[in-house]
Parts: sequence; structure tokens; C-alpha cells
Amino acid sequence: MENVGTRLADLPDNFDASQKAGLMLEAGEQVLEFWNSAKGFEPTQSRKEGFRLLALHRQGAKGDPSFNACRETCRELVYHFNLVTMEPDHADTEKRVEMMRLVAMHLYLFVNGKMQVEGLGEFCCSSRGIRQEAG
Amino acid sequence: MSSGKNYKKVAYYPGCALEGTAQAYDRSTKEVGKALGLELEEVKNWNCCGAMEVKNIDPKIQTYLSSRVMSIAANEMGHDVVMAPCNGCYHNLKKAEYDLQNDQESRKVVDRISTKAGHDTYQAGQVETIHALDWIRDEIGEEGLRERTKGALKGLKVANYYGCMYTRPRHIFPEKDQGEGSESTLTPHFMDDLLAAAGAENVDFPLKTACCGGAHTLSDSDTSTLLVTNILKAAEASGAEVIATECPTCHSGLEMHQIRAEKNFGYKSNVKIVYFTQLLGLALGLKPKAVGLHENISNSTDLLREKGIA
Repeated sequence: MENVGTRLADLPDNFDASQKAGLMLEAGEQVLEFWNSAKGFEPTQSRKEGFRLLALHRQGAKGDPSFNACRETCRELVYHFNLVTMEPDHADTEKRVEMMRLVAMHLYLFVNGKMQVEGLGEFCCSSRGIRQEAG
Repeated sequence: MSSGKNYKKVAYYPGCALEGTAQAYDRSTKEVGKALGLELEEVKNWNCCGAMEVKNIDPKIQTYLSSRVMSIAANEMGHDVVMAPCNGCYHNLKKAEYDLQNDQESRKVVDRISTKAGHDTYQAGQVETIHALDWIRDEIGEEGLRERTKGALKGLKVANYYGCMYTRPRHIFPEKDQGEGSESTLTPHFMDDLLAAAGAENVDFPLKTACCGGAHTLSDSDTSTLLVTNILKAAEASGAEVIATECPTCHSGLEMHQIRAEKNFGYKSNVKIVYFTQLLGLALGLKPKAVGLHENISNSTDLLREKGIA
């Protein structure tokens, strides 16, 4: 998992913007694969709205509403991927690549943190007591 | 989206954070209200909303605690709107409302404890809980703010950070995602709208609802610091000079971890962290002290002076 963070921190200089965007999208998928595998799921190969990342997120949130804390992050990642790859010559492309990198980094940090402390995002996003079963 | 109710005079539920770490939010909210001719009547003898501690032990006790606040506002003060500027309080009152509407067991528990405590049981639908953003946006509106502020925040680049509790989980906010005029849970914009009306230049900020690790700030500080550091980096990369906040937990988390990021990870950021009510107050001509700018840890005074805002 740490490799993903390292790769995101140091994107290859010889890649063009679209290649970097592809690499970051793939990194996001790998992060969610780690999460889904740890939850006992075989990471899905299916796509939602054309993106495996979104299908993986949906799979990872099953039975764990707090995982929705990164729902918007996944959608932002897809949005930035589209921005970069559909308008590679846009004046803001460099900035968009950097924003995409920071969004991907958030996904990595959040999921990595959540794999160490599962309650991360619990209070905010699930609205469900962690000891609900005791009640 | 406005329920059509009048928000000119509402019950005010500050909650514990606004009496402690977020006094500047409390002060600026009240001052902005005064400047806009809006009246806040504090809920009498209010209690904790249940925050995260109670909810984690017994969610139904949290439902009761939040329901008591709403019961006092409705049954003892005659209000039908409660305004809670704290995202945690706002979230918990909304959650209690949802639970009481949909869960028979919650209704039983709340009725039992309310009877024992000697006050009327809160019935779902007696009050509407709103956030400070709804309060100003629906009662004054963007046009009203534009007229009153005359572009006072012009030249200030702002990243609007909403945090997690203002929009999640979606099902407890039935008024959101209702099309034009309503708030979006995916890309919230009410704070953007208000500050833009006051002249600010909002930047594209993709982490506006990203988790800041707030609930784990003490138990797992490094994770929180890394999450906040990334949020600060994204704000700076988007060109923001200021991060506007509307949640005391996010605000103090950003401020604390901004310092910790430098101390522990060597990352120094210059972006300033300011409550949106402080920016609106300054735009309305209030003095920096009146909106509690001096009470923030993040020192934005020089920047705002330079811009002719403070």
C-alpha cells in the first residue's frame, strides 16, 4: 500500500498529462483493491458509470457506510481524469494534474489510515454507533 | 432549499464547541446576525447534542439528547426553527429528527427519558433544523448580501471547506439534492455562493468535503495531520489564500495540524483559516475584533489588512 503513496508523491517526469492521469486513476483503483481485499471481497472488475474505481468504491462501502467518506474523493478523481484526458492541451492541464495528484493522495491517506484505525470516518459519515450491536 | 419558513428570528443552538474552542465562530455568527437584522434566541438550558462520544456508546441516548434541545425550542420557547452553526450539532439534530421519524424504538426511548426528565417529548417535525449557511442564504439571499457588502471581499481567493458532517449521510438531509436552489451533497456550494456574493473569488477546490480525520485527532494524530496537510496543499495548489470553514471541528483541526505539519513533517503552509462568518462580518463592515479574528490560531490579520478587508 505504501508503494502507492510513494508513486503518487513522485510521478514520472517523462509521462505526459494523460499518462499521469491514467497512472493516478490506476493508483486509486489499487488503493480500493487493498481495502476490498482486506474486507474479504474479491475486488470487482466491473465498472460503474464507465469507471472501475467507482465500482470498487461501491463494493468497498457495502456494509460499511463510513467508507462513503471517500465517495466524493473517488468522483473528484474521475472528474479530474476526464478533465485531463479530454482536454490535454488546456492551459490549466498542469494545474489539473497536480490537483488530481492531491485528490488521489487524499484517497490513499484516508484508506491507508482507515486500514489502521477502522473508525476513521465513522462519526462523520456513517451516522451509526460503533457499538450499536451492544444496544 | 428554503422550507418557506421565516428565519428572521430563530432559536440558536451554539453547542459546546462554540462556547470553547470556537468562540470566534459564536461571536462572528451573532455579530453577522445583528448586522443583517436577524434575531437569535439561544435555546434555554441547552445540553450537549450527544456529539461522538455518546453516539458511540448508545446512539439512542444521542437521539434523546438532541431531541431535548429541539423540545425546549419548540415546546418551551415556541420556535419552529433551530439554527445550529456547528456541523456536529447540526448533523446530530438532523439525525435525531430522522430517527424519530423512522424508528419506533427511538421514539419509545426518547419518550421514556423525556417523561423521566419531566419535559415534553419532542415529536418529529416540530422544528426544522438549519445550518448558519441556510439561515443567511435563505433569509438574506445572495442579492441581499451583494447589496450590503458591495464586493468587500474582492481580491480574496478562497477555498471553501465544508468538512464531512454537513452533507453526510445523505438520507438525514432530505432537503438537499432537490435541484436548483437546494444544497448539493456531492459538491456543496452555499458557502461559495455567500462569499462570492460578498465579492470573494472562490477557487476550484476538489477536497471541500474530504475527511480531515477530526474524530481521530487525538487517538491517531499522524493520520489526521497527513490528511490535513494534503488538504492544505490542495488549497494552496488551487491558488487559495484563505480556507473558509463552517465547522468548529474542521476549523480547529486545520489550525492545529497546520502547526503540527510544520513541526512533525516539515511542511509549512501559508494559507489562512477563517470562519465564513468572520469573512462575512468583515465584508459587512464589522471590526476584526468584533468577529473574533484575534481568537483564531491562524493569523490572517496581516493578509486581510493588506487586501483592505480588515
